[in-house]
Amino acid sequence: MNNTDQKRAPICEALERLRKKRVVPFDVPGHKRGRGNPELEQLLGDRCVNLDVNSMKPLDNLCHPVSVIREAEELTAEAFGADHAFLMVGGTTSAVQSMILSVCKAGDKIILPRNVHKSAINALVLCGAVPVYVDMEVEERIGIALGMENDKLKKAIALHPDAAAVLVNNPTYYGICSDLVSIVQTAHEHGMKVLVDEAHGTHLYFGKNLPVSGMAAGADMAAISMHKSGGSLTQSSVLLTNKTMNAEYVRQIINLTQTTSASYLLLSSLDISRRNLALRGESSFSKVVDMAEYARTEINAIGGYYAYGKELINGSSVYDFDVTKLCVYTQDIGLTGIEVYDLLRDEYDIQVEFGDIGNMMAYISIGDRIRDIERLVGALADIKRLYERDGSGLIDCEYIQPEVVMSPQKAFYAERKSLPIEKTEHCVCGEFVMCYPPGIPILAPGERITREIIDYILFAREKGCSLQGTENPMVEYLNVIQEQ
Amino acid sequence: MEMWFSEIHTQNIKLTIRTDKQLFSGESDYQRIDVFDSPELGKFVTLNGDIIFSDADEFVYDEMVTHVPMAVHPNVKKVLIIGGGDGGVAKELSYYPEIEEIEIVEQDELFMEVCQKFFPDMAQGLKDPRVKIYHEDGLRFLRRRINEYDLIINDSTNPFGYTEGLFTKEFYGSCYKALKEDGIMVYQHGSPFYDEDEAACRSMHRKVFRSFPISRVYQAHITTCPAGYWLFGFASKKYHPIRDFDGARWRKRNIKTWYYTANLHIGAFMLPRYVEDLLEEEEDKL
Repeated sequence: MNNTDQKRAPICEALERLRKKRVVPFDVPGHKRGRGNPELEQLLGDRCVNLDVNSMKPLDNLCHPVSVIREAEELTAEAFGADHAFLMVGGTTSAVQSMILSVCKAGDKIILPRNVHKSAINALVLCGAVPVYVDMEVEERIGIALGMENDKLKKAIALHPDAAAVLVNNPTYYGICSDLVSIVQTAHEHGMKVLVDEAHGTHLYFGKNLPVSGMAAGADMAAISMHKSGGSLTQSSVLLTNKTMNAEYVRQIINLTQTTSASYLLLSSLDISRRNLALRGESSFSKVVDMAEYARTEINAIGGYYAYGKELINGSSVYDFDVTKLCVYTQDIGLTGIEVYDLLRDEYDIQVEFGDIGNMMAYISIGDRIRDIERLVGALADIKRLYERDGSGLIDCEYIQPEVVMSPQKAFYAERKSLPIEKTEHCVCGEFVMCYPPGIPILAPGERITREIIDYILFAREKGCSLQGTENPMVEYLNVIQEQ
Repeated sequence: MEMWFSEIHTQNIKLTIRTDKQLFSGESDYQRIDVFDSPELGKFVTLNGDIIFSDADEFVYDEMVTHVPMAVHPNVKKVLIIGGGDGGVAKELSYYPEIEEIEIVEQDELFMEVCQKFFPDMAQGLKDPRVKIYHEDGLRFLRRRINEYDLIINDSTNPFGYTEGLFTKEFYGSCYKALKEDGIMVYQHGSPFYDEDEAACRSMHRKVFRSFPISRVYQAHITTCPAGYWLFGFASKKYHPIRDFDGARWRKRNIKTWYYTANLHIGAFMLPRYVEDLLEEEEDKL
């Protein structure tokens, strides 16, 4: 990688040149550098509103980049070891959807694990591709779904040799990594593209001794949440492609759904974060690893909590583990993850990333300090002292493998009726149900509703999980397919 | 030559002190440390630009966190001071012969060195043979302590700086756990006068009030504090700061003080109406 070039930030430099020219704006946005909206300027500061400008020749255009945005994308591709990089302003959701739309048409099959983010299944609703779910192993003690196993992928391919692509989420929210190199090899041998949802894996491209990244493993495309471990602004993201993809076709796919007024706040934050990662990523992530490992040791020393790490590695369903992820299994103190999550915020003024039925996750990043880790550990110790209880009767599993009855698109657009959730057993679901975060669907359109799934949803609701996806805001009713 | 040091108390109010010279400036792993000499207040030390104490008013604070609990608890053997690198609190404690152990947890070694060099009188307290010093994070230190101390003094002043972890529910909970069944915790309660400080003050009281069966607040006048006014917290598992106060016993010790007296002890718990009101509002929120 060329370090001199990586010191550049073409979009930020162009914005700076524009600022110095003191151009009179007779274009959008109408707040005109904040003057037309003083309250907004007071909230965000004048530097921020001054950067909120429209595409113009000196600043290039994200829909068809030819100058500074193109340069920024080339530097990003170089930094990530990709053939091409696309700066994205619709979140990693739009990066994941663009990957799928780039390789699947209506009726195509795509092989994926069921514990994907809803954005992946949403893409199937949009394009009409049919999901083939690979069998997943579940970790007995902590109840989470594990990685994609190469053997199970081979079985799925044998049953569906006509599939167009394989999608892997790697690492998972919980830090579980699959054997990407073998998966890529298997898929490519069968002429299938490999898409990696690397929403939780920006750091894999820059840190030392971390699991292999999608591009390094030879995947065709990868979706990178720069705003997670990469430090850019929320909603900014990056889509990477390998030389096996036609980049200009991918750009057309992105432009189907992406805004034509991309925010320069987001674009400049991607530019600056890429530079920061390229120049300082290795040392930053080594500090993140140290902090996460320290926190793990201290949390495990409290007793009653299980902050899991590399000991989960088993060569197949947990091929590797991303140690920057700090997930804690909480049910041994009789509390669900979501209860600990709520206590941390309400009683200790600590906001963690998510809590689900069995686990809570604290996101450790380049912005953390060891004294904040001490607060987190101290709070967990105090929660155990004050709130520990008998945990029998808790549901322990995060993951139920559903039966797919019809394609998500067909189910989503089918005639549906609304039923009280308790009365939906055996019906085919017509919409999504998920806890957010983590945003992994409990039910997706086209899946059979079982008693176990209903119990899980009711339990999650009772424990305070934020349930989403249904038309009914309180998740008391579900839209199911009208049986013929 | 005019040389003035200013501490920002609010966006709109600052305290400005004429200084003769700057005696020290350095950056530790945790904070910027400066020492100045001034005609009015003598030497004073600042952390990230906030005055921690001056020669002129240090006695108020050190006496008030020490003698108030010591005049209530009948039998203090083991004391923990969180912060306290200046040695001022340890010095006041050294007048009590029944104390067997004084542990000081001061994370910032440089702060301690600077205090020893520029405030050698206060730092005398660190030389008491009963004193043991630990350089580590206060929260981390407390996690491993159960049922050990008769008295914990939280000597950290700033709920917004690197010591903010010492003004949290997890800290107060850890103190509760580390105290014996009749233990007392005394802590900095901030200044209630300005808006921004009032919020921090309220939140501290809310947290402690819920963590200890007895939680009272007392006051002192300290020149360099915002509005010249400072509060302390008295949190206790058993002893009440007034009902269990033994003034006669304390007088007999004949400790020479400049601020604290047995008469002042009770008066210090009598708070202005607006302070009483804001504390009670927090108690009612439960």
